[in-house]
Amino acid sequence: MARAPVRISMPDEAKKGEIVDIKAILRHPMETGYRVDNVGKKIPRNIVTDMTVTYGGVEVMRWKLQPGVAANPFIGFSTVAIETGELVFTWTDDTGQVFRESRMLTVT
Amino acid sequence: MQCSRFLVSGFCGVAGLMGVLLPVLAADQTVRPGSFYMSKNLQALQADDIANPGMLWVSDGESLWKQPVGRTQKSCASCHDAADVTMKGVAARYPAVDAESGELFNLEKRINTCRTRHQGAEALAYETDELLALTAYVAHQSRGERVKVHIDGPAAPFYEAGRKRFYTRVGQLNLSCAQCHEANAGRRLRGDTISDGVGSGWPAYRLEWQTLGSLHRRLRACSLGVRARQFDFGSPEYLSLELYLAKRAEGVRVEAPAVRR
Repeated sequence: MARAPVRISMPDEAKKGEIVDIKAILRHPMETGYRVDNVGKKIPRNIVTDMTVTYGGVEVMRWKLQPGVAANPFIGFSTVAIETGELVFTWTDDTGQVFRESRMLTVT
Repeated sequence: MQCSRFLVSGFCGVAGLMGVLLPVLAADQTVRPGSFYMSKNLQALQADDIANPGMLWVSDGESLWKQPVGRTQKSCASCHDAADVTMKGVAARYPAVDAESGELFNLEKRINTCRTRHQGAEALAYETDELLALTAYVAHQSRGERVKVHIDGPAAPFYEAGRKRFYTRVGQLNLSCAQCHEANAGRRLRGDTISDGVGSGWPAYRLEWQTLGSLHRRLRACSLGVRARQFDFGSPEYLSLELYLAKRAEGVRVEAPAVRR
């Protein structure tokens, strides 16, 4: 199934010096590792442990996630438009899977 | 009011007190959408298309809509074109009687019948991400439309069966749907507020489940809550009840995919 596990909202364009609001959500079960299945076997932990956002190659946001974060982690943050560049959103989970998505921000 | 051990003694005591202090809601009061009884934070979560996790399934549904499947290699879009035009208002009219089979169809059953009848594909099981995604995508096209279902003609017996089910006491707790969702809507039941029992937000992202789920999954949870028999997903019992709930919710706006506790 063609999945779109990430949804991101941010403007395509911003004026130099303007504060840009960014929102992102990733589809992920955030399995805590504390639950058991219906035969009593422990369900292995699989949470997203890190989320980072780089803007023009520079890290502008980092989020350390814990097992208490609900499924499908959502975050909203802001950054300042400095120059035209690419924002790269990266999530890494316990299984080593990496989810990556990028958006261009054009600064006028 | 019937009190039971399941509803914990605290609830009975508090509800009893509230009955004295607060005016009792009239049974014929306007039926409100589920979101009316949620906190401001949850209402905001539902209204924000990025923060609302149900929109992840809607995105999936959008790509599934265009994906050719089955023997015929037709996609939904091959016949129905752009969903934002052709599917607008459809969820507000469902469940409805299918002219060909004479059966009552909800969105899930309509999608699956399209698959078997026209696409030559297998029906999707309830609560699979694929069926939830397609249902959410179709239902989402009607967001803001007012619910209006037909209950006359071939739909009449289904409506009557659903109405009967709504008012029939069931389960070890011996409660009918109406005793909570009509007589006590707006009051507290344990940690939550009782809603009017409206299906216009479904499929909805339920925080307790941490995932999107169908209305029938929610109805099964209600059945379990009163310790009654749980009917199968897509069963005639829940389908007719779904029709009654939709008629009861006439005029309420579709919210799918809603966020619910």
